[in-house]
Amino acid sequence: MTSRKIEILVGLFVAAAIAAFFMLAMSVSNLSSYGAGENYELKARFDNIGGLKVRSPVSAGGVRIGRVTDIQYNSDTYEAIVSMAIEEQYDKFPVDTAASILTSGLLGEQFVGFEPGAEEEYLKAGDVIDLTQSALVLEQIIGQFLYSQADDEEE
Amino acid sequence: MFNAVLDKIQHLGAATLHSFARLGRASRFLLDVISGCASLFVRPGLLIKQLYSVGVQTLIIVVVAGLFVGMVMSLQSYYALVDFGAEDSVGVMVALSLLRELGPVVTALLFAGRAGSALTAEIGLMKATEQLSGMEMMAVNPMQRVVAPRFLAGVISMPLLATIFSAVGILGGYIVAVEMLGLDSGAYWSQAQNKVDLHMDIYNGMIKSLVFGVVATWIAVFEGYDCIPTSEGLGQATTRTVVLSSLAILFLDFVLTALMFSK
Repeated sequence: MTSRKIEILVGLFVAAAIAAFFMLAMSVSNLSSYGAGENYELKARFDNIGGLKVRSPVSAGGVRIGRVTDIQYNSDTYEAIVSMAIEEQYDKFPVDTAASILTSGLLGEQFVGFEPGAEEEYLKAGDVIDLTQSALVLEQIIGQFLYSQADDEEE
Repeated sequence: MFNAVLDKIQHLGAATLHSFARLGRASRFLLDVISGCASLFVRPGLLIKQLYSVGVQTLIIVVVAGLFVGMVMSLQSYYALVDFGAEDSVGVMVALSLLRELGPVVTALLFAGRAGSALTAEIGLMKATEQLSGMEMMAVNPMQRVVAPRFLAGVISMPLLATIFSAVGILGGYIVAVEMLGLDSGAYWSQAQNKVDLHMDIYNGMIKSLVFGVVATWIAVFEGYDCIPTSEGLGQATTRTVVLSSLAILFLDFVLTALMFSK
């Protein structure tokens, strides 16, 4: 085989690998959700975050608008501080926006849902959301249900 | 009786010393090869030729294997997940297991079988027919001329092959899940996009395959260079290449997975 042919085949091989990498990066990984532009950070305080994890989605009206970037526990106030990176284009959340931890489906992953308020002022980078609703912990609900059943029977 | 026990102990000691000496030779050999790689900047033609015989010729088996592994993964995870109504997660399952584990590992095993054994046989035969000594006679360094291009070609090819393997596997999984089993094509991709992280999953998979590339090619060229120059010794060296590099790949995969994905 001539060296020209070999070089062409090697070139095709490398090009195929690069194409494969771009296909993986663009359509399989979350790169497309990184790339959209700048983010700004918001924080929220929760009593209980349930199964929320770093990189869990943040959504408003079902549309994903950002991701959880950090979760810390404040041992002075006994609250979890969740930091979120919100995409720059969604910068019009009123200051009385409520954040709640929701579950997609019965057993799905948990995410932070934003419920916009009615104030004229908007949240800025670094602001803390105070109106929060903790995660529903299924075990607690089942436990409460069982206790209430037991109470009913005693009466 | 006492002597027989002593003999056994001596055997054990000799075997230990022998394997340590071999490990030492292999390490010095690796240093020589890496320093020999520098000369390839002057003669890139040698590298291209080896990229062809090590990388391009392994491509077909990698593509076919990737396609079928992806299809089987998709089919099996569909049957497991459909009972829980979670069949939309087939995409994530296929993508994550291919990118993190199966892509690098299966590609490396195929590479060890297809390219590693060929490298050992080629270099071993050069040694047996005294071509390597002939080169030294002509003041041509066989490390630079023969071993370094093969080594570097293996190291470069492995991540490329593993990437192609994963991409083809995910497409194969798509064919089964969407075209045959009737899943929603949007769910297949979007579930994967939600869970697969560029750095965490794709880059780590590529780092894995790079490590496997270094180890598998190192074992292959060393076994060839260090073989007993007879037809029997050559056969043994080729077998050892495949066995040793497969074991090394599986062991290193465990170590790397523990380092990368455990929190």
